[in-house]
Order: sequence, then structure tokens, then C-alpha cells
Amino acid sequence: MDAILKLDRITKSFPGVKALQGINLEVARGEIHALLGENGAGKSTLMKILSGIYQPDEGTITLDGKEQQFANYHDAVAAGVGIVFQEFSLIPYLNAVENMFLGRELRNGVGMLKRAQMRRAAAEIFARLGVTIDLSVQIRELSVAQQQFVEIGKALSLNARVLILDEPTATLTPAEAEHLFTIMRDLKQQGVAMIFISHHLEEIFEVCDRITVLRDGQYVGVTDVAQTDVGRLVEMMVGRRIESSFPPKSPLRVDAKVVLDVNALQLHKDGPVNRFALREGEILGFAGLVGSGRTETALAVIGADPAHVKDIRINGAAVNLSDPADALRAGVGILPENRKTEGLITDFSIKQNVSINNLGKYRLWRLFIDQRHEARATADIMKRVGVKAPSMQTEVATLSGGNQQKVVIARWLNHHTNILIVDEPTRGIDVGAKAEIYLLMRELTARGYSIIMISSELPEVVGMCDRVAVFRQGRIEAILEGDEIDSNTVMTYATAGASRGATHEHA
Amino acid sequence: MPQPALLVEQLMNMPKSSSSSGTSTASSDTAGAPVRLSWAGLKRSTVFYPLVGLLMVCIVMVFASNSFLSAANIENVLRQVSINAIIAVGMTCVILTGGIDLSVGSVMALSGTLAAGLMVAGMNAVAALVVGIAIGLGFGAANGFFVAYAGMPPIIVTLATMGIARGLALIYTGGYPIDGLPEWIGFFGSGKVLGIQAPVLIMLVIYAIAWVLLERMPFGRYVYAIGGNEQATRLSGVRVARVKLIVYLLAGLTSAFASIVLTARLMSGQPNAGVGFELDAIAAVVMGGTSISGGRGSIIGTLIGALLLGVLNNGLNMVGVNPYVQNVIKGGIILLAIYISRDRRK
Repeated sequence: MDAILKLDRITKSFPGVKALQGINLEVARGEIHALLGENGAGKSTLMKILSGIYQPDEGTITLDGKEQQFANYHDAVAAGVGIVFQEFSLIPYLNAVENMFLGRELRNGVGMLKRAQMRRAAAEIFARLGVTIDLSVQIRELSVAQQQFVEIGKALSLNARVLILDEPTATLTPAEAEHLFTIMRDLKQQGVAMIFISHHLEEIFEVCDRITVLRDGQYVGVTDVAQTDVGRLVEMMVGRRIESSFPPKSPLRVDAKVVLDVNALQLHKDGPVNRFALREGEILGFAGLVGSGRTETALAVIGADPAHVKDIRINGAAVNLSDPADALRAGVGILPENRKTEGLITDFSIKQNVSINNLGKYRLWRLFIDQRHEARATADIMKRVGVKAPSMQTEVATLSGGNQQKVVIARWLNHHTNILIVDEPTRGIDVGAKAEIYLLMRELTARGYSIIMISSELPEVVGMCDRVAVFRQGRIEAILEGDEIDSNTVMTYATAGASRGATHEHA
Repeated sequence: MPQPALLVEQLMNMPKSSSSSGTSTASSDTAGAPVRLSWAGLKRSTVFYPLVGLLMVCIVMVFASNSFLSAANIENVLRQVSINAIIAVGMTCVILTGGIDLSVGSVMALSGTLAAGLMVAGMNAVAALVVGIAIGLGFGAANGFFVAYAGMPPIIVTLATMGIARGLALIYTGGYPIDGLPEWIGFFGSGKVLGIQAPVLIMLVIYAIAWVLLERMPFGRYVYAIGGNEQATRLSGVRVARVKLIVYLLAGLTSAFASIVLTARLMSGQPNAGVGFELDAIAAVVMGGTSISGGRGSIIGTLIGALLLGVLNNGLNMVGVNPYVQNVIKGGIILLAIYISRDRRK
């Protein structure tokens, strides 16, 4: 095989985490090679190493037979690696030509731009791609697909021999995606090698030649598209992991009443309409890929984001939640996805963070904060959730991730709140703290709380949830229960949808 | 219940324990343990650098001019400071939430001229003052509505209302000052209570109320929280928009109070009064250690910041520095002060 790119035993550690361990990746000239893995499997880290943003601890990168060491992004680009990022790096107020030559404009002897020459060069590249781009309009006036073609054109204008396409279809319509695939096949004919990252297995089957699978930062294997199927790929991605360290599920009572009944929720006009119900004392999982609409759904439920159609009942009564404050009043609390930017007030002490939405309860002469009462109540709650800190006056910025999460949870426990939405509750915290959070969640449900848990970690979804709603492209594809909840089923619904390869037909 | 120890805790801004002895769980934390005054705690507080700056400027002035410490001069400084300091109270609340209010100087002029005009036209003087205060609150409400509920950037909203208020003041007066106010109004500008000048007394009362509001009432906690992390505050169920509306109302209110003092001092409603006062107020707030991006700072710091600017003005005058040169020196000192006390954290 004529390998243009060879990554050999790449290893990369970050403080406390082994992100990649001995990853191999070989791409042939004119091959479209898929890189597949769950969220957090190491795909992005590997691509950042290939594009010079990170440097590997061990292992080699060989490009066109020559071993390379990229000190930075520019080295990688100069060597012929082109990247089309998930979030475009184009300047919206410049046109395609100006974007393509940004930072390396052609100039004449007195420093004036050679506009005509740059325009010709750009036109040539787009002709090679077989796309028509209006070169005189600003990027923001182009469609998302056209913007992507400009990105690809820009990479080609830099003589990219290996093109990385990081989830290029995530924001495209099916027709636009088809156009992209046509272009990819053309480029393939021209000998350009491509690394294609996508969570949509059907796309991989449609356009790719071979697939390399990563799991938990480890190399699982490489396979020909022709010799595999959805089931086997999911197996490779998910593996057979030990799913212990989760507290036992308590059997869900059949007569458990519905506490939160989302009868209809449509985020955008023309978008899918979802419905689900949360029963008392259960943990309902929201599974799915990043960007599948789980967090958006949660934020719309509590009124933090607007929704097009929203029909919600809490304990049987219709409620209008147009602000998180309404949700609090109705007994719904949230542990946001990003605890630093959405959860904590980092300059505040533990006490101030916990009591921020409790101050109404600690009143002195109605007007003032009763600081003794506040401190006493905070100490109680901290003990209940097990926050470990020198004192309640400690600034939350100095706490570990697990303790920070507990502080945010503690905020809701001194209320009549009985519904909690936890968004990625264990992201970025260590194993021991994870187990504590799991235990805490189980204790809460035993005490009558009902929890919606959004999680991208499959073992967590399988180990913790009584029922699981699987999201794909904004739609709830299936609601799984009991024995149906296993990694393969969840992953299949999340990546291929209900129509394809689903082994569990669900009403 | 407010013990002296808690005042100390306030002086150190948001209460933080400086003693971190070993790790214990929350249970061993004695409820409501007062924070002790310590050098380390003071150094960490946002008022440390402003306090040092004020002391340094005062020391320099004592050597530069032997009449600086005279009772007459100190009275003079305090009276001059009072108007800026009063405006800076509302500005502190706005900046703590991460906002800004450029309209305060113009609102002060409109409120003052309208009250003066109504008095001269024969309205009951108290009623006229109430109208002046209502103007302040009205502009505060408009600013607050556009910022908090319409989601517009505060710098643009208040730049626009600044122009509107100034324009209305000029239209109403035709550009001329309004004289002939009732004698007793002068009390607010130059009267004395128990030997303290009325403007200084008004200033101190407003600061005391603002301190209680910011440090002892839930509202203040929300103000700091919004400046620290607006999204987190919102998601935890605090009605953020309402709190933001109130801080702009407070800015309008303190502008109106300042206009009463100014009008009473001049015994005249001046349509061109308060040009650039918004910048002086911002300077006082920032010199007082409040972060321009919100979340950190204190009302006591603002008082120190206003005093610092006042002493600087007074001192440069007494030493006889050319007024043109004064501007350059003041600008340089503001830059230096903010540079020294800037947030070095990432």
C-alpha cells in the first residue's frame, strides 16, 4: 500500500490523564479514511497532534516517507496537512478570496495587493473542486455548505496532501452532504488523502474506504468498510467494559407517578417535537452524541432558552416556565454542563454559592440576610452532600472538580425542589469523586428526588439510568427501559437512528 | 446582630477566611464564625491598594502644603468630593453587575434644572424636588429596561440616554441657568448639622444605606453574583433582569440626589452641569478597587476612590499646578493606580 501518512504508536498525556496510548493510523494516497470513536475516545487529541497544536509524548508522524516533527500549526500546514475545523475559521466579513489568502496575500513591489491574481488563483481552485462560489460576496452570505467548500479550497490552496475533515456534515443538509461527498470522491481521484471524522455511520459506509477505531484513548483496530457492518463497528467503539462502581438501581415502582410531563417540546419552528415524562424517584438518562439536542432540550424545559412550542405539566398541573426562576419556584433545578462558566460563581465562597438561591429563607427582619442562619443551613447541606473543604468560606475556585459539582448540587437541596436536571455531572472529575456523585444521585432518588441525567459517557448511562431517552439530531429516537439499556443499543440509536440496524424495536 | 467583627469582614470585601488550617469537613465549621482582621486578609481585599494610595497622596500633600491638614481645607475637600461620591454609589452598583452608566451626569443636569424651574414657576419646593428624583428614577428605569429586558449593551443605551437627558435640559432651560430658588434650599448645599456639612452628611447617609444594601441584603449578593457569573446566577433561579433593572434605577436615584446637592450649592439649575461627571464617577469606582468587568469590589472602596481623586484635585490646586497640567497628572495617576492594583490572576 502506498501510505502517504503514517502515525506510529502515538502517546499523549495531560496532567492526570493518559489521553492517547499507542495510537496507529495509516492513510493511503487517495484514500478516505474514517476515524471513529465515542466522545472522548481521543479523536480530537489525535487530530490536534497531527495538525501540530499538540506535540506527542511518544511516537512518530511520517508524511510522504519523511518523519515529521510539528512544533506548531504552521509547521503542519507547511508540510501539507490541511484541516477543516468543526467550527469554521473563516472571517465572516471578508470574501472567499480574502479568506483564502489571509495572512499570505500576494503583493506587488510597493506592497499593494495583487487582487486579480489572487482572484484567478481562487477561481482555479474552486473549479478544481467543481463548486461555484460567488467570490465577491462576504463569507457570511454564503450557505454553510459553501463556507465549508471555501475551507476545503483554502486547505488545497496551501497544497494540502492530507485533508482532515472534522465532522463536516454535522451542520449540512442531506443534499449538501451529498455534494460534499461528490467533492471528496473527486479529490480522492486527484490523489488527496482524507481523514473523515463523523458520528454518522451511514456516511462512513457511503464515502470511506477504511476505518480506524479508537476507544478511551486506545487503538482498537482498523478495518475495511467492505468487511464490516454497523453492529461490529459499534462493538469496536463500545467494547466490553466492566460496568461496576455504580450503586445498585432500586427497582422502579410501576405505579410511580409522573412528576414532570413534557407533553410537547419543539425548540425551533419546523424542528422535531419531543415528548417525555419523568417519574418520581427515577433517573431518566438523556443519551446521544454531543450536539444531538440534549442540553438544548434541558435549557428549554427550565426556561433558560426559548422554545417554539412548550407544553409542560409538573405534578399534573400545567406550568409556564419562562425563566429559571420560574423553574425554581416549580421545583426544578439544574446542574449545568459547564460548571466553571454556568455553574459556579468562582469569586464566591462555598457558602455564598450554595445560598445564592436560598437567601429568601434566611431573613432577619424580613430585609436582611440572617448570616448565622445562612451559615448553619449551609453547614448542614455541605455535610449532606459531602463537600470536602477547609471551611465554608473557602473560595470555590480552589476546590476539586468533584467538590465543585457537589456545591452546585447543594444549591438545590434546601428547597422544595424535587426535580434535578444534571448535565454531564461527572465530566472532568476523577474516578473516586465520580463514584461519590453516583451515590449521591441514588440517595437523592431514594429520598424522592427525580433526576434527568444528560451524559455522553455510555457506561454511566447504562449504570445509572432507570430509563434512557436517546437523542439524535434533536429528536428522541427511542426511550429505552430495563434490559434494553445497553451500550450497543444506545449507540446504535444515537448514531444510526431508529430506522437503521436497530435490534430493539420500540413502540 | 451586625457585630463589629462583621464590619471588618466587609472591609475585606467578600468574606473569605484567610486561615486555612488543614482539611476538615464542613461539619467542624462553626456557624457564622466571624473573620478576624489580619494583615493578610486586608492585603487580599479590594480596598487595600486604594487605601495605600490615599494614604500616600495624603502624606505627600502634608509635606507639600502646610495648610492641607487645616480643618477648613479638609471640610473643603469633603464638600467637593461629595457630589462625585454620591453619583459613584449608583455607578458602583451598575459596574458590580458588569454594566456601565454614562447618563448619570446628564440626568443630574436634567433633574436639577427641572426641579429648579418648577420651583421658580411657583411649585412647592418639596414637590419640585420629588419631580427631580422621579426624573432620575425614570431615566434609570429606561436604561434598566433596555439593558436588562431588551438585552442591549449598556454602553450604547446609556450613551443614547446621556444625549437625550442633556438635550432635554438644554431645551427646557433654553441654555440659560435658572436662578431665584427659595433660600432654604441652600441648606442642602451649605447647611450644617451638628457641625457636619449637609452635603457630607447626605453622602455618608447614602454610603451607609448602600453598604447595608450591598453587604447585608440579598439584593447585594445578587449584584455581586451577576457580575461574577451572570449565566450561573440566572440558571440558579435568580431573577437577573430584575436585579439589573434595580441597579440602573439606583444610578438614576443617586444622580438625582447629587443634583439636589449641586443645585443647592450653586443656588441655580445649570443645564451644563455635570459634563464629564460620569467619567469622574467611573474613575472613583475603579480607583476604589472595583473590577470594571464586575463581580469584585466594594462600596467602601468607591468612597476611598472618590476621596483619592478629591485629595489629588485639592492638592494640585494648592500647590499651584497649572490646570492643564493637572489633567495630565491625574490621568497618569489613574493609569498607574489601576496598573498596580490590576487583577493579576489569569
